[in-house]
Amino acid sequence: MDGRCTHAVLLLLCLGSCLSLTPPAQPFVRQEKASGLGSNSSKGGLSLDVPMALRVFSVDYYHVQAPFEIVLWIMLASLAKLGFHWSGRLPAVVPESCLLIMVGLLVGGVIYGVRHSAPPTLSADAFFLFLLPPIVLDAGYFLPGKLFFENLGTILWYAVLGTLWNVLGIGVCLYGVCLLASGSLGDVSLLHCLLFSSLIAAVDPVAVLSVFQEIHVNEQLHILVFGESLLNDAVTVVLYKLFESFLRLPVVTGVDVLLGGCRVLGVGLGGLGVGLFFGLVAALTSRFTSRAQVIAPLFVFLYSYLSYLTSEMLHLSGIMAIVTCAVTMKQYVEANLSERSNTSIQYFLKMWSSVSETLIFIFLGVSTIQDVHMWSWAFVCSTLLLCLLWRATGVILLTAVVNKVRRNVVTFRDQFIIAYGGLRGAICFSLVFLIDDFPKKRLFITTTIVVILFTVFVQGMTIKPLVELLEVKRRKRNLPTVSEEIHSRLLDHLLAGIEDVVGYWGQHYWKDKFEQFNQRYLCRFLIREERQARSSIVRVYQELERRDERADEEHITQLDSNLLSSLLSSMLFNSPCLFSHFLF
Amino acid sequence: MGSRASTLLREEEIEEIKKETGFSHSQITRLYSRFTSLDKGENGTLSREDFQRIPELAINPLGDRIINAFFPEGLDREDQVNFRGFMRTLAHFRPIEDNEKNKDPTASEPLNSRTNKLLFAFRLYDLDRDDKISRDELLQVLRMMVGVNISDEQLGSIADRTIQEADQNGDNSISFNEFIKVLEKVDVEQKMSIRFLH
Repeated sequence: MDGRCTHAVLLLLCLGSCLSLTPPAQPFVRQEKASGLGSNSSKGGLSLDVPMALRVFSVDYYHVQAPFEIVLWIMLASLAKLGFHWSGRLPAVVPESCLLIMVGLLVGGVIYGVRHSAPPTLSADAFFLFLLPPIVLDAGYFLPGKLFFENLGTILWYAVLGTLWNVLGIGVCLYGVCLLASGSLGDVSLLHCLLFSSLIAAVDPVAVLSVFQEIHVNEQLHILVFGESLLNDAVTVVLYKLFESFLRLPVVTGVDVLLGGCRVLGVGLGGLGVGLFFGLVAALTSRFTSRAQVIAPLFVFLYSYLSYLTSEMLHLSGIMAIVTCAVTMKQYVEANLSERSNTSIQYFLKMWSSVSETLIFIFLGVSTIQDVHMWSWAFVCSTLLLCLLWRATGVILLTAVVNKVRRNVVTFRDQFIIAYGGLRGAICFSLVFLIDDFPKKRLFITTTIVVILFTVFVQGMTIKPLVELLEVKRRKRNLPTVSEEIHSRLLDHLLAGIEDVVGYWGQHYWKDKFEQFNQRYLCRFLIREERQARSSIVRVYQELERRDERADEEHITQLDSNLLSSLLSSMLFNSPCLFSHFLF
Repeated sequence: MGSRASTLLREEEIEEIKKETGFSHSQITRLYSRFTSLDKGENGTLSREDFQRIPELAINPLGDRIINAFFPEGLDREDQVNFRGFMRTLAHFRPIEDNEKNKDPTASEPLNSRTNKLLFAFRLYDLDRDDKISRDELLQVLRMMVGVNISDEQLGSIADRTIQEADQNGDNSISFNEFIKVLEKVDVEQKMSIRFLH
């Protein structure tokens, strides 16, 4: 086990040194000779005296520089992930995100040591346009739809009100701290503090996903934290842009604030609308892909990415758009596409989001090695404390109110995990780089890095033992059975009927109404003729039969069965398109 | 509407229903006004036609069985259910509250206990009340829920698999205990509860 670890570290160091030795982009500077650290890339400098015609062997690095470096980084990320899983007991104790950040720090340090200048940082554009969408798409596609919509009210409650509470609280208190320490922090205005708090208060879906994936808490808790991290993007985006534009205005009036409030609604609903539109178009397109099945999965990715880009272009919430798109198109696409296409979609999504996530964390580590860090004990420590404090109070207050209306109360243990699981991640990091330059910007960057590292390392590492200590309800990891599915459907119908008798327009009533609408109009329009009307009971049965056949034919490895059972359970949790056929 | 309903429903009746079902005073009066609005014949009882008049219930695949559940034993066409019976059936769907669990242990089990909820669901399958869900009964319910696009053989194999998963004593039918065991991982208390507004 130790041998493997050393191999992994050596391999990473080699790769890291390769990256450090890639020259900065100055095409006409002669390359320096490689210096020691086990470099194995043959980059000999060639003298310019030999005429072009006589060169037998030449290296033209600048021609391939950009894709070459990108591939090297991705290779580094993937090898780090591989090495992590081979390193024995480490995955059980340390979450993957921490290890990746540490690898990033190592590589960043190596690069800094060799080049004596700051290593490449994660550019905000690269992050928002290329690295974030695959992760959010994967999350949206595998979102347990039924559970999500059942808890939607609570999730929105936490996402919108919770974020507002955090932003205003942290911002105002930080301003107070700046006033108190006016010697060193005097030039940080209230708007700056509010801008900072708007980006630091938001819970990050990437970090939450990567940590919560490994602790297997009960589904309701998972969906609450995760849903909140997805939906608070709308609020964060608006507040951030709002405060940024306020900073550029000479005077801020009450009307501006009111308009800002309307914008939250607009941004959220706009993102939703864009996502819905693209989701339905994607579903319609997938209806006609029977003759070109090979490219069918491509449409899923293209349309989702388009929805993200469109909403970013319109300054709406891209995350909400892409999640809505994925949720909308999933049931129709799955019915229209062949089994192979569906499987390729699922595997590709998982692969891309995994690579993206790894890259993000590694870059977080690399970008921490900076030339200039501005440190202020007062600011950094108070930010950390305030983040924790305001999140805890926010969760407790909001839960106290929402428990009066919920069927399933959120217990104190669950509340603690919700508060403790509010991790910050790369979104804050990218947003802080985008702030207009002002004297204390370096301080903000340093503080953001500290907060992110703290939440990922301290909170990320301790949450698993805490979950076990507090005996939080865990996820039931059993395979679905046809019986459960049948009886659950029976209960759904029963409850819908009783709600009709009582005249109470509850959850079951609306779910039923939506299902009827779905049946009558959407499914007929968006799904191919021959694929119509497959009840969820039949789907579960067929999945189980298929799985039994596969189990008989070959020996399923542990990873495969985990993936299958997670796919199965996510499939089960989705709102079934066609669980009953209403004859019309 | 409110005052008319409460004059027709006497205080002693409300108290009795309260004791039997556990509903609160306001819930009972609210449900009584719903009862009277359904009762088109205004004779203080509901017939099957009154239930079938509820639009969404008519298209619910299990609509007939749910209506049946309101009427006491005997599938007589002329059956009528009074308010007491109505409330007794609805009591099964009251959420279980923690403070009830420590009440008088010698009293009979409340109507909304987990076992009684499961029994209610069980009776939706078991029409002939022989305390067993036979393969035929299961097939009938499956056909209602799944629709017409599935062949009989496929439905039969689904039914067989369901019985195979649940059956423990090998009698090719699901008894009530086996039913309880299958659903032990499902949160029945939450799933089978309606928040009756206070």
